Parts: sequence; structure tokens; C-alpha cells
Amino acid sequence: MEKWSRFNIASVALGFGFLYLPIVLLVIFSFNESKLVTVWAGFSTKWYSQLWHNQGLLDAAWVTIRVGLLSATCATVLGTLAALALVRYSRFRGRVLFSGMVYAPLVMPEVITGLSLLLLFVAIGLDRGFWTITLAHITFTMCFVAVVVQSRLLSFDQSIEEAALDLGATPVRTFFAITLPVIAPAVFSGWVLAFTLSLDDLVISSFTTGPGATTLPMKIYSQVRLGVTPEINAICTILIGIVALGVVVASIVTKRREVQREKDERAAVAAIG
Amino acid sequence: MMKSLGSIRRSFAPWADPASKPFISVKNVTKKFGDFTAVDDLSLNIYTREFFALLGASGCGKSTLLRMLAGFEQPTSGEIILDGQNLAGIPPYRRPVNMMFQSYALFPHMTVENNIAFGLKQDGMPKADIAERVGQMLKLVKLEKFAQRKPHQLSGGQRQRVALARSLAKRPKVLLLDEPLGALDKKLREETQFELMDLQQELGLTFVIVTHDQEEAMTMADRIAVMSHGKVVQVATPAEIYEAPNSRFVADFIGDVNLFDGTVTAAEGGSVRIETTGGIALRMASAEKPASGAKAAVAIRPEKIRISRQPPAHAPINAAEGEIWDIGYLGDMTVFHVRLKDGKVVKASSLNAVRAVEDPLGYDQQVWISFGEDSGVVLKD
Repeated sequence: MEKWSRFNIASVALGFGFLYLPIVLLVIFSFNESKLVTVWAGFSTKWYSQLWHNQGLLDAAWVTIRVGLLSATCATVLGTLAALALVRYSRFRGRVLFSGMVYAPLVMPEVITGLSLLLLFVAIGLDRGFWTITLAHITFTMCFVAVVVQSRLLSFDQSIEEAALDLGATPVRTFFAITLPVIAPAVFSGWVLAFTLSLDDLVISSFTTGPGATTLPMKIYSQVRLGVTPEINAICTILIGIVALGVVVASIVTKRREVQREKDERAAVAAIG
Repeated sequence: MMKSLGSIRRSFAPWADPASKPFISVKNVTKKFGDFTAVDDLSLNIYTREFFALLGASGCGKSTLLRMLAGFEQPTSGEIILDGQNLAGIPPYRRPVNMMFQSYALFPHMTVENNIAFGLKQDGMPKADIAERVGQMLKLVKLEKFAQRKPHQLSGGQRQRVALARSLAKRPKVLLLDEPLGALDKKLREETQFELMDLQQELGLTFVIVTHDQEEAMTMADRIAVMSHGKVVQVATPAEIYEAPNSRFVADFIGDVNLFDGTVTAAEGGSVRIETTGGIALRMASAEKPASGAKAAVAIRPEKIRISRQPPAHAPINAAEGEIWDIGYLGDMTVFHVRLKDGKVVKASSLNAVRAVEDPLGYDQQVWISFGEDSGVVLKD
């Protein structure tokens, strides 16, 4: 490794400071004794214990988790199917149009997605609430799953599916016995991504919500308008913790699998040599 | 009667017996992908227990034909009959054939054992029988110790064996092999060729192999179909393909060859006289009698051309003067490029049967090339 120049150090410090300073401040002030958010008055965890008595926040968290689990799961199923169709049946009519349409929500401003969904729900007379938020989240997270799974399928050796068919497995059995296990890591990544996106969505949720269905980001946003409380800092810190844990676990799993594979391959090569 | 071609005694030749019924019959099969015709009105017969090779350059349609046998592609027109059953519309998972893939296509998330057992499980075979069959297969390919390994923990040669065991586990009527040895290094490939031949004999199966490697096809196959642009150019035993190619394409595609273009001057009692464009007078044995003045070509393999310092007794017929232009020493033999008077370069090879040669031929030496009446094939142009 080369020696770090002052310029490098400065760049790194500036870059990471820009990214993480706000978050670090938030985490620090979540342990603040004082009720005043910007004045440090000593270390305390009392805001965390107070969270457990704030029924409104807890309800919102519960709604968020239910929406996240349900929408991520549905989006993963739909996104995986869409990716399969796009990669496998490359000769069907209108493929380009279809793939463009699957990706559209990726670049569509959230306000527009939210508004259009709201108009749809009003038009078909669906009562707004938990189910409309869930449907909306499925809609906008599905394309992310499709992108992740599609990139895995592109590097997938299709002859292993043909081999399964050749050995007597029907197409459905082939999918569940061969294709799905092989692409499972990508499907799981897609699920995690969809869950995370659903967890922190504010705009689309706000458009499609109804009475009694307030998600955590909406709750936080509405409370912040009345002033930031250390309680909000505390719940945000917990959220950061959950997301960070998810990212770390996912990357450790991937890394370990890679290391194991490399080790096995080296062992196989050594065994011949 | 004509002398037998090559030196291989033929004891297995159902194709020569008009009473024997083909096991696989490909009838006027055409396969089009859009505007591209991959297989063009192709007909073939393959017999029980035959080791049949489809040989051709990439893009000649050989893999497409194999995939149609396996059921991954449907013919645009024509039909394929296997053991009396028309295969049209039968999906791959209901065909009594199995395929060994070029990439091996092992299931990466399954152990060697489960890879081999996969096909048997699909048939609903009882567990005890599956275990027994998998054991037999592992023994057959000498991988007993690797039953619990995953594919990525195996070497290329071992993976190839797993793929073979998996495709044989269901005891298919026909085994299709798509470039099965392409990913192995040369030495391992040569060993495996003989192993595959022994296996095919032992199990009494019909093998159809696709390859672009002519040596591989020559070594293993009972018969070879040489393919080009979706058509079969010649179907024959390796010796016939080599010694009696039916066209310029086959003569040129298989092995090295010297082609002499010329005009027929006379055809008399079993031989043909041809004057080459370079002015050499040739007399070749030929069953056919082309008309005088017809264009023809004579194909002569390098090992059938002799090089001498003195003109041969039959000169100037079947002989020409030239100088040694290039010498390639290959160990077992030496290849000479002899430049004739008209500028044509002829390849001649000679076996290095003794270790030391007194006064060997050198560069720029004036020599005569000559060949016997039986050594070349007359090809109509």
C-alpha cells in the first residue's frame, strides 16, 4: 500500500464527513439527557425507554413492518417472474416495450407514482389504508427486484435447466428444483432491497394512506414539523441500526460464500496438481 | 474386387445390411431460425449400438440436429423417428434419450451423488434402487470418493465424469454427447476418448456425438457424418471418409490433402488419365469413367507421396520434379513442402522409422515426387 498523502486524507475525511456527520450527530443526540435537541446535557438512554410508552410510534412501527414484509414478499415473487420472462423468452413480441415499462418506476418521480396510484385507488373506489399502501409499495419495489434478479439470470448457464428437462423433470419441477435454488441469493437480495425501500418510503405512502394506517416515516415527519424531540432521534438510531445490521449481514454472507468457493476451487486444483 | 480401405477390420456394419432397421431415422428435417437455415432437408439413419459422430465446423448445424434429437428444438419440417416412435411434439422430459452437455451443466447446488440421482428421482424410482444405481455409476466413472463433493470442488476431468455418469444413470436408449471432451486438455482428452469407446461397448448403447475435432470423430466413431451448411456431405466409416472422400469439401476438411485440378484425357479399363493444369500426367484407378475433356480433381494424402532424388521408373506419369521448399520436423514424421515447376506446393510426409538418416533431404534440394495409381481419389468437379 502506498503512503497516504495529505490530500488523500483530506479527501477521505471530507467525503465521509459529508456522508456521515448528520447521522453521527443524530445518534449522539439520541443519547442526550436534555430535552433540548441541540444542547448536550450528559449521557442517557431514557429516550429509548420512553419509546416503549409512545403508543403512536409503536403502532406506526408495526404498520411499517407489516407493510414491508408483505410488499417485499409480493414484489419479490412478481419481480422474479418478470425477470424470468424478460431474460428467458427473449423472442416474444413487445419485449422491449415490456422491459422498458418494468423499469419505468425506477426513474419515475415518486410524486408522480404516488399521485397516479392515488387516482387509481379513488377511481376504483378502494378504501385507502393499509392495503393501498401495501399495493403501492409492491408496485414501486417490484422493478428493483426485477433488476437484481435479471442481472443474476443473465449470467445463469441455461444449459443446467435443459439438463434437468433432459433428465425428466417437467418445466415446473425444473424451476423449483434447479433455477430457484441457484438464483436464491439474488432473490433474497431483491427481497432485502424491497423491504428496505418500503421501510423508509414517505412520499408514496403519504399519497396512498388512509385513516389508521400511518407508517413510521410519516409519523416521524409529522412529529418533526412540531419540533424534533430526542425520542425521534432514538427511533431513528434504532432504524439506522437495523438497516446497518442488514447490510453487514448480507455482505458477510456473500463474502463468506465467495471465500469458501475460492478455497474449494484451490483445493480442487491442488488435488489434481 | 476393390481392396478394403484403411486397415480396420469391420465386424459391425448394420448400415451395410439392407435388412437391418435404423434405430434413429432423421427424415428430410429442416430447421430454420428466422431467415437462417441451420439444418437443410437432412436425412440420416443411425443404428442400434452405433457410435455415430456429427462432424463439422461451427455453425454447420450439427448441434442444432443434436438439440432436435434431445427435444430442445422442434424441426421446422420433416420428422425424427426413434425406435419406431415419431418424436414430433414430445418434450425433452418424455424422450428416452439423455444428453451430455458441452458445459457439463452440473447442478451447482447439489452434490455429485444428487446430481447423478436427479434423473432417477424424476422417474419416481424407489430410494434403495436409486442409491444402488448411483453407486454403480460412481464406480463406473471412478468417482466413489467424491460422492459428497459439490461440482465446484472438482477438477475439469472429474466434472466431465460426473456429467457422463448423470447422463447414463437413467440407462437411456441413446446418449447424445455435445462436444463432450472440448474442455479437457489434450492428454486427458485422448485418454477419455478410449474410455468412452469402451463404455459404449460395455453398455451396448447408441451414442451420437457432436464434435468439430476430426481426430476425435475418427478415433471414436463407427460412422461419421460430415456436415456443412446444414447438409450432410458424406456419411461413412472413418477409413472411407479419409481414403475415399466423395467431394473436395470432405477431402479438404478431413486431414491434409494435395488437390490436383485437371482435365480428363482418357478413361480406360479401371483407370483414368488426367492432365493437371500444371502439366503433370496422372493415371489414377477409378471405378467411374468420366468423359474425356471433363474437369476433375485428384486428391492425394501427403503420406502417400514419395520423395526421391532420382526420377521413378514410371516417370513422367504420376511424378513431377520440384525443389524442397520447407521442412517441418514433427518427431514421428517429417512434412516436406515441395515446390513444383509451376509454383504449386505439394505436401509430402514421411515416417521417421529410423533414428538416424544418412544424407537427409535438405532445403532447396531438387527432388521428384511420385505416387502410385491407387494412392489418389478422382473427384468430379
